[in-house]
Amino acid sequence: MLIYVLRTLAKMAITLVVIVTLVFFATRLSGNPIDFVLGDGITLEDRELLIAYYGLDASIGTQYWRYLVSVFSGEFGLSFLERRPVSQIVLERAWPSLKLLLSAIGFTLIVSVPLGILAAIYRTSIIGSVVMVIAFLGYAVPAFIIGILLVLIFGYTLNWLPVIGDGSALHFIMPTLAISGMLVAAITRFTRNAMLDVLSQDYMRTARAKGLPEWIVILKHGLRNASITLLSVIGLQIAGLAASGSVVVEAIFAWPGIGDLLVRSAILRDYPVLQFGVLSVAIVVIVINATVDIAYAYADPRIRLAKG
Amino acid sequence: MTGPVLSVQDLRISFGTHEAVKGLSFDIHARETLALVGESGSGKSATALSILRLIEREGGTIGSGRILLDDGDATRDLRTLDGGQLTRLRGNAISMVFQEPMTSLNPVLRIGDQVAEVFIRHRNLDRRQALKAAQEALDQVRIPEPARRLDQYPHELSGGLRQRVMIAMALACRPKLLICDEPTTALDVTTQADILSLIKALQTEIGMGVLFITHDMGVVAEMADRVVVLRHGEKVEEATVQDLFDRPQAGYSKKLMAATPKLGTGSSTKTAGTDIVLQVDRLSTRFAARPGLFSRDAGGVLAVNDVSIQVARGETLGLVGESGCGKSTLARSILRLIEPESGTVLLDGKPLTGSSKAQLRQSRKEAQMIFQDPYASLNPRLPVHELITEPARIHGLVSRRDQKDLAAQLVARVGLETDAVDRFAHQFSGGQRQRLSIARALSAAPKLIIADEAVSALDVSIARQITDLMLELQERDGLAFLFISHDIAVVERVSHRIAVMYKGEIVETGPAGQLLAAPSHAYTRRLLTAVPSGIPARRHMPAPGPAAETAPLTLSA
Repeated sequence: MLIYVLRTLAKMAITLVVIVTLVFFATRLSGNPIDFVLGDGITLEDRELLIAYYGLDASIGTQYWRYLVSVFSGEFGLSFLERRPVSQIVLERAWPSLKLLLSAIGFTLIVSVPLGILAAIYRTSIIGSVVMVIAFLGYAVPAFIIGILLVLIFGYTLNWLPVIGDGSALHFIMPTLAISGMLVAAITRFTRNAMLDVLSQDYMRTARAKGLPEWIVILKHGLRNASITLLSVIGLQIAGLAASGSVVVEAIFAWPGIGDLLVRSAILRDYPVLQFGVLSVAIVVIVINATVDIAYAYADPRIRLAKG
Repeated sequence: MTGPVLSVQDLRISFGTHEAVKGLSFDIHARETLALVGESGSGKSATALSILRLIEREGGTIGSGRILLDDGDATRDLRTLDGGQLTRLRGNAISMVFQEPMTSLNPVLRIGDQVAEVFIRHRNLDRRQALKAAQEALDQVRIPEPARRLDQYPHELSGGLRQRVMIAMALACRPKLLICDEPTTALDVTTQADILSLIKALQTEIGMGVLFITHDMGVVAEMADRVVVLRHGEKVEEATVQDLFDRPQAGYSKKLMAATPKLGTGSSTKTAGTDIVLQVDRLSTRFAARPGLFSRDAGGVLAVNDVSIQVARGETLGLVGESGCGKSTLARSILRLIEPESGTVLLDGKPLTGSSKAQLRQSRKEAQMIFQDPYASLNPRLPVHELITEPARIHGLVSRRDQKDLAAQLVARVGLETDAVDRFAHQFSGGQRQRLSIARALSAAPKLIIADEAVSALDVSIARQITDLMLELQERDGLAFLFISHDIAVVERVSHRIAVMYKGEIVETGPAGQLLAAPSHAYTRRLLTAVPSGIPARRHMPAPGPAAETAPLTLSA
């Protein structure tokens, strides 16, 4: 198990270095930074001065080395607009986003896993069909439609819920629902399919023949096995959500999160912020993936023991 | 004598509109073993699952009849009990051991927890006490190092050990009735002998009645006191085991007995030719250990170790050995489906080893394979005429236009109706599918056919028909066969010579009759004594020893 964890972490580190490198070269491809920073009204001498100041006269190798050194020592530069360290700006925004993400994940798991199990057990009856129709609808309706409908109903017409910001617990309800819609639908379907596979296995019959009550058979023997398949799917979905899913919803609800920050800095061409923001999101995705890999091995002894 | 533990009266079970069991009645007394015998589809397993009232889960319904269980306090009709009462009985007064030890245990739970569950549920023990009881239960079924097994997962145990765990679970609460549904069918003959004697010993100890379901008359002779022969859901005969074997009354019982291969009945083969078709010299195949991003090759496992065999035209070489000994790996290495490490293979005088990809493909035409599972080895999406002529197409032996004619010839040769060519594989029974597999192999007009456990998944009478077909084809076309099986009795019937494989090596080779009559290697002798004699009076009842200390090397090919 320890070797497996170390191997997963090593793979994670390699991926990280590759991404950091890609970000560096991708930014260089987008043109000369000086042109963006100062525009046209500048003398040739000042221009030379600035190029020397930013170290842009050094070779690309030297620049890359300096970049690596500062990235790994935690210096990511200053925002063009706010003149504050970008790490500070992004970290301020990361926490609200993370809170929203966690709330959406929690809600999704609480709702979709039981629904999926129900849909699998009652697959031939009306209950199963109803669950699957709802899940299908959720899959078909994009997050921003759900968000706008929620705002219309609960914010504008009924005036029950606050629409803008993250001030209180009530503020979380609508963005959470908007983000979770698709996720609930997806995970419900995957839970159902994974449970259907498991329900027909021989060991389920063994468990019943032992005289175990049905709920133990389903939850202990069934769900434990289904969770192996589920974990990888949930991991992928959450990683996807962390990478891009919340940008639109954060914009709708004026959520002071990282998605909102990324959109704004892209529009205003605040490259240091954008660069660090992308990097942070990438790190989150990598960490989620590594966590899922390790959880996967924990759930399935065949992987855990086979891989040391 | 007190009344029966279990009394089944006029039981009727149906799946949808199909009636699987039609008015079956039988009694089982304490300390008695009743064998329920019949071929697949005869309603044996449906009967067993009805007694546990688990048949409803498999989509069946009990139409009528009574299932009376005497659990010591009272006699109750299991059909009238509700869910809660049933869960208290299952695993407690009645328990069951299933056919497939590889899939019947939960892969993600520790052995200890799975056994302890029964004690927690039925004996109200807490987890610590239950684990202790579980360890004793594992010890009772003679599993070596029971304490260590508690923390292991099913995939770490061999099939035989897993079946012992199943038995430990079933007998944990000392049931009145134990149902065994083909408990040894998936096991090697040596393991089978161990498990059978274990069940008998524990029956003496606990005194339960046993309902033993099997299709193997050899096992019946070994285990049963009384036998109920079942066909199409109806009882065709009920007799004591001695009477059934001495004087079978029903025609079907006689047929079943005749189809059961018995060791020592000789071979039905004709004389073989002399020119060598397959010559294998010092072949070795190694499986690398755990290839991975950060791990180094740690030497690996020698699955086939320095094997030399030859097969002549018109000859069948039988290859026997227990699962994991390397039989299938050898077969695949010969055709270079797995790359061997060293050694040479000559097929019809042409080298397979060391030849180029193109030459190899050309040579493979001369050797075709038939696999064990006729359900998985035929492509479900191809119509039969494309399916069975595919090898011929690949080797350019037939044009697209003549494909259907060739298919018609082939199905006729393997004894199927001509209209079979337009159907799909799923429309055939297991035996018919195996005929299609043979037809497919024949389409390339090979000199050698490698049959890897080709009849192991079939009922005895069907298996008999398939081996008869192979013998017939051999006689007519002079085909050479490499016949791989763990069933020595079947191998004896079809083989000229037999090679015994053990842990990757051929330990003994010789003419079939001679090798079986006077085995020279200790392993061959052990293998032979484990085969059920098929004669009730000659039961062997070896003292139940501990299970093999180390599980046989299992290799996944």
